[in-house]
Amino acid sequence: MSDFNLQRRSFLKTSLGAAAVAIAPGMLLFSTAQGKSEGASSKVRWGMLIDTAQCKPGCNDCVTACNKENGLSGGTSATDSQWIRKIEIKDISSGRELSLPMMCQHCENPPCVDVCPTTASFKRDDGIVLVDKHRCIGCRYCMMACPYKARSFVHEPLSDQNPDVPRGKGTVESCTLCVHRIDQGKGPACAEACPNKAILFGNLNDPQSEIAIKVRSVASVQVRADLRLNPGVRYQGI
Amino acid sequence: MMRLFVSLLLSLCVQNIWAMTESMPKIDIGKGGQCVKDPQWMRENHMHLLKHQRDEAVRKGIRDEKISLKNCIECHASTKDDSVIARADSFCVACHRYEAVKIDCFECHSGIRKSAWLQQRNAK
Repeated sequence: MSDFNLQRRSFLKTSLGAAAVAIAPGMLLFSTAQGKSEGASSKVRWGMLIDTAQCKPGCNDCVTACNKENGLSGGTSATDSQWIRKIEIKDISSGRELSLPMMCQHCENPPCVDVCPTTASFKRDDGIVLVDKHRCIGCRYCMMACPYKARSFVHEPLSDQNPDVPRGKGTVESCTLCVHRIDQGKGPACAEACPNKAILFGNLNDPQSEIAIKVRSVASVQVRADLRLNPGVRYQGI
Repeated sequence: MMRLFVSLLLSLCVQNIWAMTESMPKIDIGKGGQCVKDPQWMRENHMHLLKHQRDEAVRKGIRDEKISLKNCIECHASTKDDSVIARADSFCVACHRYEAVKIDCFECHSGIRKSAWLQQRNAK
């Protein structure tokens, strides 16, 4: 009888151990998989401050980083998607030359959102202007409306997209401020890639943030400020 | 008489089950496992979950990792080619072809497990 009990006890012990081993990884997976983000908050206004004095002519690192992160081809023909461009400008009277990156300016009052017939073009609560490709019908009104020529249309079928950045034929797209990275707590790929730290990314609404302090203390302008779109991207030195 | 009836019924059932298993789609479920709900519930309702989650994620930034398409692919992509769409018996394709339901998710979304995609990109 005692022998039987012993066996029973050891059997229970081993089976409990086996069960624990079997369940533990599942429980771990379950607890990590519970990560549900709060979502975009209107207390935040994401923006960028671009220091044109630090932006070197001929340097294309921000564009390359954007292309790699978002799976763009890198072509510059009329039918290629370009989310960020390097622009070289020259003041004819003084001969002063400047180089700067140009992309979606993430306006507070975006004309692309105003004209969209399907509300595919929208502004997220934290100020990021995006295209909801589930609703985009590819009419390209937003491309017409944008004063910054920031948007591109996908003309050809795509494959091998970044799992975090879905892109497809027949929809309009533009800079997302790397929204998939922001939601992971990181910054945009272009800002990270800039060798001279010419692109400063941050929360304009937080008075203590680096970008807010700098916007308060140095002279910066919005491109086409006369349109009163209040872009989230500001430029220093133009 | 009763015995005859029972045997007739039995033979009919066996034939039905045999026919059913024969025509069911053969699916490569990848790593498989259950993390959201039981398989039958998922068969009937996965599209509602995905549609709800996609609007929440895109428009509000509420990214519920557990019911995201990316997370589905992470477990259900084939262990052979890391994809849910590459072959006729891939996880998404097998059923959708059987049911003749055309989906356009993968015209934009990647059907490849992210870890495998990263490896491919870094290898380039």
